[in-house]
Amino acid sequence: MNKDISIQHVDEAGYVGLAESISGCGGRLVALWGARTYGFKGVFSAYCHENSLLVARLSLPDSRSTFPSVSALFPSAVRMERAVRDLFGLDPEGLSDRRPWLDHGDWGTRAPLSESPRIATFSGDDGDYPFVWVSGEGVHEIPVGPVHAGIIEPGHFRFQVVGEKVLRMEERLGFTHKGIDGLYRGASRAKAARLSGRVSGDSTVGHALAFAQAIEGALEIETPPRSKWLRGLFLERERIANHLGDLGALANDAGLSFGLVQFSRLKEDLFRQNRDLFGHRLLMDLVVPGGVARDLEPAGRDTLIRSGIALEETVRILETLYEEHGGLQDRFMGTGVLSPEIAGRLGLTGVVGRASGQRGDLRADLNRPPYNDLAVMPALETSGDVRARVVVRFFELLECLRLERLIMERMPDGPIQCPVPEGVPGSEGVGWVEGWRGEILSWVRLGRSGTLEGGHSHDPSWILWPALELAVPGNLVADFPLINKSFNLSYSGHDV
Amino acid sequence: MHHILYRILKTGILTEPAPSPSDTLLAQAENLSALSYRRFGHSLSIRHLDAGSCNGCELEIHLLNSPYSMLEALGFRFVASPRHADLLMVTGPVSLHMKEALLATWEAMPHPKLVVAVGDCSLDGGVFAGSYAVAGGVDSVVPVRVRVPGCPPDPRALLQGLITAVEG
Repeated sequence: MNKDISIQHVDEAGYVGLAESISGCGGRLVALWGARTYGFKGVFSAYCHENSLLVARLSLPDSRSTFPSVSALFPSAVRMERAVRDLFGLDPEGLSDRRPWLDHGDWGTRAPLSESPRIATFSGDDGDYPFVWVSGEGVHEIPVGPVHAGIIEPGHFRFQVVGEKVLRMEERLGFTHKGIDGLYRGASRAKAARLSGRVSGDSTVGHALAFAQAIEGALEIETPPRSKWLRGLFLERERIANHLGDLGALANDAGLSFGLVQFSRLKEDLFRQNRDLFGHRLLMDLVVPGGVARDLEPAGRDTLIRSGIALEETVRILETLYEEHGGLQDRFMGTGVLSPEIAGRLGLTGVVGRASGQRGDLRADLNRPPYNDLAVMPALETSGDVRARVVVRFFELLECLRLERLIMERMPDGPIQCPVPEGVPGSEGVGWVEGWRGEILSWVRLGRSGTLEGGHSHDPSWILWPALELAVPGNLVADFPLINKSFNLSYSGHDV
Repeated sequence: MHHILYRILKTGILTEPAPSPSDTLLAQAENLSALSYRRFGHSLSIRHLDAGSCNGCELEIHLLNSPYSMLEALGFRFVASPRHADLLMVTGPVSLHMKEALLATWEAMPHPKLVVAVGDCSLDGGVFAGSYAVAGGVDSVVPVRVRVPGCPPDPRALLQGLITAVEG
């Protein structure tokens, strides 16, 4: 496994103790998840401290069905602990929020991933989900979703509003829950790799890479140098595609459809180039345990260098047009502010974190190829508004294009895959990747004959969704779509 | 302003010719001609519904609106309400949490209406089939007329699916 990741076996006291010491020295929670396999039942929490990942692995005896909550130390743990309760029937002790999160009462069972899923005695409790109420003169409520008015994923937002101003917004997610943790169980590695690439389609490379790293960590194998550079290339192209899409959509939501037309053309060009060079427009199934599935031909290298230069020129022109457009900047500036203080308290990373003063980009912080050879420059803005998130995207887009060019120049020759042994059943590994949206984590436990005993894919949206609730109050209802778009979080990646 | 106009002129018209209806899709489609959906002609309103997709299909559906496709010039447009829609474009394996919303959306649409299922997992659950949390395929919930396979199908395949649904 990568030297920057360590798994510590802890008891309940150690589990809480580690959370306390990490919280005390300014570390942050990356992910928290439950697991139950043939040989193990328990809870994991992963923390980032000084550019390394500490995973606390709490094993619970069969008789035990509770685990200590760390939500008092890390507020972002609340929903993840509720999800552990819904899926595994393990109760977070000390968590005051007793409401379900991923379970809407439609599965026919309760705690479907526990050792004894209970038959649900009633179904469809979602209508009764107790949203927090706001009362007072002139306060009214606007329910939105799960079906939204655009081409986006399903989720429910409950607004409490006075006049046109939002007092409070509460999210209700889980509508796209597909039971992926359950599907990982007993799946062949090939099937599980495909699944990991479909946790969140817009982050297919990031999730497949985290999964592959987890498998390689469990097997203690190292993939060939060229494969690591190609993985970096795919990751950057995924970031480019998403930033192109977001920058177009943000202008469109602020009334400048010109931006959408220009950027969606650029994104379509990029997707077509992906298809021509690598066989898939979104780069799905290209990162596999042991390396990558497709190499870049020498002719493709020249194509990428040429098109990268042209794209950079166009993006710079569009950046200037955006900056000089008064109407656009008027909508962007001061809208949906998420202060650096709150962002720090929530332990935010990724595009949203970097727009609210949170340093940290695993590409720059970890000593891993290819990035340790490229001197990655992370973006950083402090105003925390929609404008800052637009500026971060433009900055990162141009930085991606610089990195892509360097990767083309410096990528070593050699094989793109290494043999992947079957491994010892019960071995575990963790992968940790800076996806385009933020930090992606994956955990696997190997089973017999090349299968998985268990697995989990964590999307950064888990950490970022609660932050959206805090960026909306005080804004006009009509600005919500713009603020939401500037976050652009994954529903599927969160709901898993 | 003149910079924007210059950029528009410099970009020019990128629209590509539309694909013709697909015989393969037609063969798999149910009773299209019998139902004479031709009546929608060149004015068809689409409501998109994500029934638990991984959002890969949504990325491609967004690009249906890229200048290469010019969806609206072909008579198709996405609308915000199922009340305004002739066609429901559904993605995803139908998570059980979205089953009711899918049914309600379909029922809210005026007659005649048709459903196009988009993406491999909308056909039979795909990679998510067998999970405790998915219904496994759109046609287990609402009647599907045209199925567009792919993981995800690209904008051209989507456009061909739409054209097949109305002209085939």
